Amino acid sequence: MENTRTQMEVGETRNITIDPTQVKGWGIDADSENDPTYPMKKRNNGEHAGYTWDRPPQQPVEIEVLHSNERPNVSATFGTASPPSGLSGVIRRAAFKYSENSYGHWVPLMLADRVGVVEGVLDDLSRGHVPNIPSELGWNAEWKYNRTRLVTRLVIGTAIASVAIALLRRDRNETAQLQGQRDTLTA
Amino acid sequence: MLAMNFRGPRRVRIDYKPEPEILHPQDAVVRVTRSCICGSDLHLYNGSVPDTRVGMTFGHEVTGVVEEIGSDVRNLKTGDHVLVPFNIACGKCVFCQQELYGNCHESNPEATAVGGIFGYSHTGGGYEGGQAEYVRVPYANVGPTIIPEGMDPDDAVMLTDVVPTGYQAAEMGGIQRGDTVVVFGAGPVGIMAARCAWLFGAGRVIVIDHLEYRLEFARTYAPCEVYNYNEIDDVVVFLKRATDWLGADVCIDAVGAEATGRAMQTFLGKTMHAVGGAATALHWAINSVKKGGIVSIVGVYGPIDALVPIGNVVNKGLTIRGNQASVKRLLPRLIEHVQNGVLDPKAMITHRIPLEEVSDAYRMFSAKLDNCIKPVLVPPSARM
Repeated sequence: MENTRTQMEVGETRNITIDPTQVKGWGIDADSENDPTYPMKKRNNGEHAGYTWDRPPQQPVEIEVLHSNERPNVSATFGTASPPSGLSGVIRRAAFKYSENSYGHWVPLMLADRVGVVEGVLDDLSRGHVPNIPSELGWNAEWKYNRTRLVTRLVIGTAIASVAIALLRRDRNETAQLQGQRDTLTA
Repeated sequence: MLAMNFRGPRRVRIDYKPEPEILHPQDAVVRVTRSCICGSDLHLYNGSVPDTRVGMTFGHEVTGVVEEIGSDVRNLKTGDHVLVPFNIACGKCVFCQQELYGNCHESNPEATAVGGIFGYSHTGGGYEGGQAEYVRVPYANVGPTIIPEGMDPDDAVMLTDVVPTGYQAAEMGGIQRGDTVVVFGAGPVGIMAARCAWLFGAGRVIVIDHLEYRLEFARTYAPCEVYNYNEIDDVVVFLKRATDWLGADVCIDAVGAEATGRAMQTFLGKTMHAVGGAATALHWAINSVKKGGIVSIVGVYGPIDALVPIGNVVNKGLTIRGNQASVKRLLPRLIEHVQNGVLDPKAMITHRIPLEEVSDAYRMFSAKLDNCIKPVLVPPSARM
């Protein structure tokens, strides 16, 4: 079947008409029965029996595992990465009192993630490790492949920081001068 | 062992972590030979997915050699070289029994909406991922599949996610012979979806993106028509014109939360994280598909609300289908396609990067540096 539709003006020069029959594998998985529920699900209506299946053995729960209140238990297996701790852990525990249907669940979790970043830096420092932020941000790759953008950003960032520092210093000097004048007048 | 370590939005580093142990009788420990960075990892990297905890290791596209097995593992032995589907599936729950392996109910305590996924936040079950030298693989009788003899490991690692997700995107489109299929997003999954649309008999395949190098790759790889939305005033009008003013038969969202192209979506979804991602591609898909058409979603969004024109879904009588790919269900057919040369997934791999350079790899993939399409991390032991 030749595709004879008119090519669009945009991209006209590079988009050539494609004859589907010449594409390797064309139509080999075509299935006229592919309706909106088939074949993604091999329906057996097992849900009608409820939560009654023969569960896999339970992974021992030896760390704190927060579980959704939309299920009655901890799943048979679970991950053990980064159990809740610190202030972020307190926030996460509070979040899991709410269902996945609630902003009360997700918004505190996002907050906890940000608190966790600060805790991560403090944890690094407490172990005597000063995080190499430019390296963690992948600036080596930027330097290698997109130096202009990196340098531009650094220059702009430095300029903004310099202006901010200058303004703060000027404010402080002016405040000190005013204070000095007031002291003189009072005396 | 060496492992990627998430330290906060856009901050990752290589670190030493304890090697994983068998924690369940059906666990295996796998020495990683390949581990990709997925476009969906960028949602974690950018801090878009709630409950992404500092210290976690990402990575859900993994191949490796079985080093140790639990007492109840029957289908694998030490030394087997396996590809590990990104879904963690028990094989016994009512959903796995219906081949919905992406929706397992016994692998994720933290959320009921999604099954367990390696290295995908605690919303994905809190599992350590495979961007490391070793990874714990639960339910080793179910997911891990021995890599067929002669298969290139680079093809194998692409079968853990990219190929099944792209294929299922096309499959969920219910494509009929002669259909016009529009794929939003020329990332690896979008390119694979475009390629697979032909397998289901599409008559015309169009890919929309804004990155020229990816569009050029898609144009020749899929092959397909490609258009840069930055050169188009209005994507929807453009696609209506391209389809005799009726709209495409099938639209596929292969972008998800990190979309660009509409300022409000970008601001609310990416800058503010006030909604579940920038749903620009989905918005365009709903508005570009014909009445009675099908929208297939494989782009990943956060769990909170996203801004989509739901009224148009009703008024146009659309069918919307989405899911995490059911990798185990699809693997036999896809392995066949790779072995027969119908699909050539490794051609999408543009960068093979030492695991130790994971920070740069994320930056490169995220910022689309050096014409990066698909980066693969290779641990030291696999480079010898």
